[in-house]
Amino acid sequence: MDLVTVWFAIVVLCWVLFFTLEGFDFGVGVLAPLVGRDEHERGAALKTIGPFWDGNEVWLVAAIGVTYAAFPAWYAALLSGTYLPMVGVLLLLAGRGVALEFRGKHSDPRWRRRCEVVLALCSAGIVALWGALLSVFVRGLALGADGEVVSQPGLAAGLGRTVAPLFTVEAAFGAVAALVLSVLLGATFLALRTTGPVRLRAHRVAAGAAAGVVALGAAVAVAGLTGATLAGGAIGASTGATSTGLGLLVVGALVAAAAVVVAVATRLGREGAAFAVVSLLVAGVVVAVLLANGDVVLPSTLDPAASLTRESAAATPAALGLITAFGAVAVPGVVVYQVWSYWVFRRRVASERIATA
Amino acid sequence: MDITRLQFAVVTIYHYLFVPLSISLASLTAGLQTTSVLTRDPERAQRLRRSTMLVGKLLLVTFAVGVVTGLVQEFQFGMGWSAFARFYGDVFGPTLAIEGMLAFFLEATFLGLWFFGWDRLPRLVHLATIWIVAVGTLISAYIILGANSFMQHPVAYQLDPTTGRAHLSSFAELMTNPVLFATFPHTIAGAAMLGGALLLSIGSWRRWIGPAPAGAAGSPEARNADPDQRAFAGIARLGAWTTVAGGLATALTGDVLGKVMTSVQPMKMAAAEALYTTTTGAPFSLLTIGNLDGSRPIFSLDIPYLLSFLATGEFDSTVKGIDDLQAQYSQQFGPGDYAPMIPLAYWSFRAMITIGLLSALIAGVYLWLTRKGLDPREPKASALPFMSQRLFPRPLVQLSLRMLPTLPLLPAAAGTAGWVFTETARQPWLAFGLTLTKDGISPGLTAAEAWFSLAAFTAVYGVLAVVWLRLVKHLVAQDLADPPARPAVPLPHEDDDGEGVNPDRDHGHSAQPVIPAY
Repeated sequence: MDLVTVWFAIVVLCWVLFFTLEGFDFGVGVLAPLVGRDEHERGAALKTIGPFWDGNEVWLVAAIGVTYAAFPAWYAALLSGTYLPMVGVLLLLAGRGVALEFRGKHSDPRWRRRCEVVLALCSAGIVALWGALLSVFVRGLALGADGEVVSQPGLAAGLGRTVAPLFTVEAAFGAVAALVLSVLLGATFLALRTTGPVRLRAHRVAAGAAAGVVALGAAVAVAGLTGATLAGGAIGASTGATSTGLGLLVVGALVAAAAVVVAVATRLGREGAAFAVVSLLVAGVVVAVLLANGDVVLPSTLDPAASLTRESAAATPAALGLITAFGAVAVPGVVVYQVWSYWVFRRRVASERIATA
Repeated sequence: MDITRLQFAVVTIYHYLFVPLSISLASLTAGLQTTSVLTRDPERAQRLRRSTMLVGKLLLVTFAVGVVTGLVQEFQFGMGWSAFARFYGDVFGPTLAIEGMLAFFLEATFLGLWFFGWDRLPRLVHLATIWIVAVGTLISAYIILGANSFMQHPVAYQLDPTTGRAHLSSFAELMTNPVLFATFPHTIAGAAMLGGALLLSIGSWRRWIGPAPAGAAGSPEARNADPDQRAFAGIARLGAWTTVAGGLATALTGDVLGKVMTSVQPMKMAAAEALYTTTTGAPFSLLTIGNLDGSRPIFSLDIPYLLSFLATGEFDSTVKGIDDLQAQYSQQFGPGDYAPMIPLAYWSFRAMITIGLLSALIAGVYLWLTRKGLDPREPKASALPFMSQRLFPRPLVQLSLRMLPTLPLLPAAAGTAGWVFTETARQPWLAFGLTLTKDGISPGLTAAEAWFSLAAFTAVYGVLAVVWLRLVKHLVAQDLADPPARPAVPLPHEDDDGEGVNPDRDHGHSAQPVIPAY
């Protein structure tokens, strides 16, 4: 395997870890007001992600940083081509992080309530936006020969230049799917990490969200049957079967089956298994999205020649060699100490033991 | 597109208010906790643990703002500066990626372990976590400053003859840039001043002005004897010492940095002095009033020979002037204006030095007035040595104590002025001698987008600053609290990770130690 492939795999790994680990952070953020009836319970729900969210968010920093280092042209085209959506992502992430970190540092109930509201809204917004953006990863941008998205007449001019790609059926489907999956991920994580009424409510939410995922899988399968290329085109494309629709059918069925497994596992109280299956499902979707176009990392909707491929976007062999030397040491180290931190805080968080002050 | 440049300045300056605080508070927290572990006196150990807890909480809320605004920085090189990202991706990308993999993961993960790990980790392992955070912040600073030093003085690159893109030739060389060696200690010393000033402002406010702890309300005697008051007095003096030490180190390292900068970017230092003509035995200008467009001085007050000494270490050396450098660069790089905004460079340079020195001086006076546990308002505290006369009248001391909580504004302003100087006096260059700033901007970006994002960032950042200030004020006004203690036996409740849902089992409110909420 050459270095370009290795680093593409590392980029995929970073995105997978970001979407699965932060996926449950966002899910918990959305669910805290739902599974926690009082301040203690909401505090317990948020304490399950308290020690981890910051370290989890660094996987986004890593995904973007590694893309910059290994595929500078991809980094430049993607971020400048999704300028305003990225401004949205950054500001929502700011609201989320600060609300989560500031909530417990003040004893005023109103302060905490406000933080919870900001946290829930921002978490939901981030997930929906990323879901829509993942559809853009697959569909591509109106890249010109210089790798830039230029203003086009009509809606895609001025302010609309980078917002227009989000107004597609795929993007809407991506937003909804991401929200449902994130809620399912958050609910199974809460079920695994809490006790008492919070845990019980998390079970109920998990059951509902699993039903939602079954519906999403069914929608993908139906799209495959009817030959429509809309929903889940990403996933279908990655199996190389978009044209036949058979791929979509299979993928949709797989997703629905996984959701059923999650629902049954939760019902049986196999919370660890349920969480693991949802995590794998999310990871699978992210991998499918990033591999959807094969060697092309960012398609151009204007001209196939302007599409960015792994090779055309890659940094020089020297730069890749350099980061390989560091990555070989640093990345396994990061994984080891992050796993250790999850081990340190492996015990369940009981809401009765969370003080108000 | 000047809006993009303005936006970069706004979000970077804002980000850099929280970064030096995080850097210094991490080391101060680690230092406090280490002393608490080492001390044999149980009362002192408790005071130090409580102080550690307070400073650590300030670190956490500051770090959070630093993280979310730092993320903007990493994205921004692609969002607003894609042309630069394409041409310098090979140099800049690895630097950012390595910073993330090597340092940022450490800081974020171990800060969580530290805050939530008091009752989970063995004492020394827990102590190690905060040191890892502190070292992580320093590694981060070093690598990021390495990227900035490349822009000040490009090294370790080759230009591809066909594409014109820069290729990194040696990471080691990039990380041993002479500018980096000078700028890193200077930046860290400046960070120490800001963190120190924050502790001084907090400690002195609680010790002398603010609400007394619950146990010490009433008489001044009770207030003096209260252990938490002693802790606040200690925090104030630790902060003052840090500010003074940081001030001295900033001055020394600034001198070194000035000499390095004179050799690699003579235009920047000429602009700092508004020195238009090349001069031998050049004077240091204390004050200059220029004409309106800043192109010529009208009046100036100078110290003879000092500039030559500061720039090169010799009094009678020659310092190049703006006019000659402009002519030289026009010949070298083609026609163009190669001088930065002279008044901005001149005044930001002076603001940095005077405001920075002033904050160290104030901290020094505080140290003297509170020596040997004196109350600064007592006549004895401000008595001159060998004289009975008071150096400072009591109302002035009282007023100064009330003003002291605003002290962190000074090193923050000095640091900002320093970066404004460093970055604007390099203009028109983005990477000196290689690429112009205006050529780095994303070519596709529209004016509407740039305005919209600038407005959005400014609004959200404004709200963030207000909320951060409110929270810090609240944290500082609280009574000091002990960190959660490690239980002697594992808590029975928490080992439940049993199979199957049995919520009834979890309902019992057993008598368990209460831990602070997240």
